[in-house]
Amino acid sequence: MKVGTILRPALVLLLLALVLRPEWFAPVFAPLAPQGAPVIYERSSLLSLSLSHLGLVAAATAAATLIAVALAIFVTRPAGAAFRPLSRTITNMGQTFPPVAVLALAVPVLGFGAGPTLVALFLYGLLPIFENTVTALTTLPPATMEAARGIGLNRWQRLLRVELPLALLVMLTGIRLSVVIALGTATIGSTVAARTLGEVIIAGLLTNNTAFVLQGGLIVGLFAVLIYDALVQLEAWLARRTGTS
Amino acid sequence: MIEIDDLTKIYGDATAVDHVTMTVETGTITVIVGTSGSGKTTLLRMINRLEEPTSGEVRINGESTLATKPHLLRRRIGYAIQGHGLFPHHTVARNIGAVPQLLGWERDKIRARVDELLSLFSMEPAAFRSRYPAELSGGQQQRVGVARALASRPDLLLMDEPFGALDPIIRARAQDDLRRIQRQLGSTIMLVTHDMEEAIRLGDMVAVMDGGKLVQYATPAEIIAEPATPFVAEMVGDVERPLRLLSLIPLSELVEDGEAEGAAMPAGASLRDALAACLWTGRSAVPVEKDGATIGRVTFAAIRARAELHA
Repeated sequence: MKVGTILRPALVLLLLALVLRPEWFAPVFAPLAPQGAPVIYERSSLLSLSLSHLGLVAAATAAATLIAVALAIFVTRPAGAAFRPLSRTITNMGQTFPPVAVLALAVPVLGFGAGPTLVALFLYGLLPIFENTVTALTTLPPATMEAARGIGLNRWQRLLRVELPLALLVMLTGIRLSVVIALGTATIGSTVAARTLGEVIIAGLLTNNTAFVLQGGLIVGLFAVLIYDALVQLEAWLARRTGTS
Repeated sequence: MIEIDDLTKIYGDATAVDHVTMTVETGTITVIVGTSGSGKTTLLRMINRLEEPTSGEVRINGESTLATKPHLLRRRIGYAIQGHGLFPHHTVARNIGAVPQLLGWERDKIRARVDELLSLFSMEPAAFRSRYPAELSGGQQQRVGVARALASRPDLLLMDEPFGALDPIIRARAQDDLRRIQRQLGSTIMLVTHDMEEAIRLGDMVAVMDGGKLVQYATPAEIIAEPATPFVAEMVGDVERPLRLLSLIPLSELVEDGEAEGAAMPAGASLRDALAACLWTGRSAVPVEKDGATIGRVTFAAIRARAELHA
């Protein structure tokens, strides 16, 4: 905890500096750039790339959460129980497809840009959220569920007042995994012209400029670590607040 | 009045509850006792329609339970279970107020009712209202569970092994509390247990179930004195019978004029307690007091004579 209180603000400051004032780091990266090549990526602003990167991740994860949770709710009702194996297979397939293959298949349909990346991130994000939500909804404390029926809550009230709030923590863990996977995977989107931080890394790879690769990688890595940490904090806070820790 | 009329539940080819008919008077505690698989829990769960009967019906104050939607019916019937089943993400106040809230009571009325119930169960409202179930002891969780079941002043309170998860000392206290609160509120309670001791201690009437059938439905004294079947006798336990019988009779019934030595016992104590006191302290009689004044004594010989009445 003590390490966190110092390390967390330090990492946030480092990330802000890398995104907003990249020129400060020119001396650090200079030895890594080839002779005469630019040290700092300047073809587009790192801030706008970061925002677009985060936007893609947020949109894909939001869609994945919506679909995965809805599907999980459906297959844990008596009427949908028969679809549970099938839906498992589908979400698992989403996970086994390499993201590059999804991009390659999606480009002819959706064209270049953000579309194929969104599809890949969405498919990739489904599984952890779906699996966690199903697990959470099927392992609720039996006495609590029995009491919820016994005191006269109808199906909807049980779902909204008891099942989902009690499943929330485990669901959030799934969402956290999805977000972190998506933050990394989104960089590949730049191969099909989506505006993400992958642009910096790919530019570096194409021109043999390790400085660019490191810059892009560091920013994506720091985002992943900090967002992961923020979500862990959110879960801990929720657990305390709802007395379910 | 609760009328259970020819109630039957069949699962596949197993009959869980077999043509049970009984009537429960308003304002009494009826304990349904039996071994595992006797159908006692299924019988209870058919009353608030957590299980739908295969045939037969239940009437509460003359009205069939089939006339109301199950979840609306359950809001009128309190329900407390083993392991309390509290909502872990809600405070004590929200847990207790759950049913009144479903019934659309006003906030102030709910709050007043929650405080009233907490006080009734000897839990300081200000200290407990905003705690979460995880922050309570087992006995407190159980009391909150019963308070939740009583919150909307239901016509009927169903309890399924409510004290099963408590240790013996806390359980005895919880049973006394339930008895006291039931007398105070005049509630009608049906309680399921596998423990004959609990049934005799709590029940105005005891229903013994075996293999889905109601084998005896009588007062605790009758169950002990005249078990209808060998199974009932076994449930009561031959060795325990005289003591169980004595545990039902208050000292006030046998009190006679005269002196006795040693510490006095309250008139409401049972003959079993007096017998234990005689044996333990080597006395042949114990003084009996009521409201602080000695009103006479109960002798060892009288207790013995009372027990022999049934021999």
